[in-house]
Amino acid sequence: MNISFWLNGVCVSGEAEPDTLLLDFLRQKGCYSVKRGCETANCGLCTVLMDGKPVLSCSVLAVRAEGHKIITLEGMQKEAEEFGSFLADEGAEQCGFCNPGFIMNVFAMLKEIPDPTEEEIREYLSGNLCRCSGFVGQTRSILKFLQYKKAQKEGEE
Amino acid sequence: MLKIRNYIKVKSVAEAYELNQKKTACVLGGMVWLKMGNRNVSTAIDLSGLGLDTISETEEEFVIGCMTSLRDLEVNPALDAFSHGAVRESLRHIVGVQFRNCATVGGSIYGRYGFSDVLTMFLAMDTWVELYQGGIIPLAEFASMKKDRDILVNIIVKKTPVFCSYISQRNSETDFPVLTCAASLIGEDAVTVIGARPGRAMIVEDTRGIMKGFKKMTKKQREAAIRSFAEYAAQKVPVGGNMRASAEYRKLLVKVLTRRAWEAVGGMKNEY
Repeated sequence: MNISFWLNGVCVSGEAEPDTLLLDFLRQKGCYSVKRGCETANCGLCTVLMDGKPVLSCSVLAVRAEGHKIITLEGMQKEAEEFGSFLADEGAEQCGFCNPGFIMNVFAMLKEIPDPTEEEIREYLSGNLCRCSGFVGQTRSILKFLQYKKAQKEGEE
Repeated sequence: MLKIRNYIKVKSVAEAYELNQKKTACVLGGMVWLKMGNRNVSTAIDLSGLGLDTISETEEEFVIGCMTSLRDLEVNPALDAFSHGAVRESLRHIVGVQFRNCATVGGSIYGRYGFSDVLTMFLAMDTWVELYQGGIIPLAEFASMKKDRDILVNIIVKKTPVFCSYISQRNSETDFPVLTCAASLIGEDAVTVIGARPGRAMIVEDTRGIMKGFKKMTKKQREAAIRSFAEYAAQKVPVGGNMRASAEYRKLLVKVLTRRAWEAVGGMKNEY
C-alpha cells in the first residue's frame, strides 16, 4: 500500500505492507533514533509524536500514519541537544540506548504539563524504561532543565 | 508475529460488521495487545475514520466512542469528577502515557481480558455497551457473553450518581495488575467488582445482603458490614494462580482490597 504522511515537517511517501509497523517504516526512512527495545509495548524506546501525542511506534501500523504528522528525535535536534546536555551533566545515562524515546516523552510531557512536579514527572515518564539507572539522575536533569528554562524566560521579560 | 494480509479503513460501522463476519478478520483497537500474538489476520478492520474517538456528555449519560484512547479517558475532567477520581486511578498505572495514547477503550472492553483494569472500573458504574447488531445491553451482561462477530460501537455510562473507589495491586508499577478492585455505590446499590483474578472481572453478588443499605448505615455499622463483606468476598470470588501471584495470595488480596476500597467509599479512610 502506498502511504504518505508528514515526517519531521517533510511529506514522505512509500510502500508499506498492511502489517508493517510504523517503527520499521521510520527506520527505513532513515530515522534510526527510533528503536525496538522490548517487543512488548513496555519500554517506551520507540516513542514518536503522532499529531503531537507520544505513541509507541512498535504498536502502530505504518498505514495508520497516513495523513498524520510524525515527529522523531531527528526532527528535534536543537531541542534534544539542549536538554541532552542536562542529562549528561547529571550523569543520568550510562549506555544511552533508552535516550531517544525518553527525550521524546519528556518533550511530550512539557507540552502537556509546562511546570510538572517531581511526582508528575515520575508518573508521566513511567513508561520509559532505563535498565542502567534508577531514574534519579533523569528526574534531576529535568528539574534543572525546567529551572534553566524558567530563568531564560524571566531574562527575556 | 502478527501477520495482516489486507488493511481496510472502513467508511461505516455496517461495512466493518460485514467484513468482520469472516472468522479470520479482526477489528483493530490500539493494537498494543493484538500485536503481541501470533495471528494471521485476513482483513484488519480499522474504525479510526468513523469519528468514534470522542467522549460526549449529555444530562443523562457519557457516550464514549470505542476508539477513544485510554489516555483521553484518563484526562477527561468530566469523567474524573463524576467518578471521584476512580477512572483516572484505574488507568494511570497502565504501562505509560505512550501506551495509553495507543490503547483504546473499545479494545479493552471488547477483549474482556482478565487483566483489564478498564473492565473492572466500568463494571463499577452504570455502564452499557452499544453493539451494532446486539443493541444496547448492560456491560455486566456483555462481560459474561462469549465473543461473537458483532462490533462494539460505544460505551455508555449513565449518570446514576456513583461514589466509587478503585484499587489495584501490582508487583511493580506499570506491570499487569495482580488483582483489581472497585467498590461503588451506584445510587443506593453497593457494587463490588474484582478483576485480574486472574480471570475476567466479575461483580461480587451480595447474596446475603451484607452491604444492603450501606449508604444509611452509621459509621460503626459500616465498619462491621465492610469487615464481614470483605471476608465473604474472599470466600466467594474464584481466584487462581499464575506467574504473578498464587491463588492463596490473591484470596488474601480480595479481602484486603475489598475492605480498603469500601473504607474509602464509606469515608473511613481518605487515602490508600
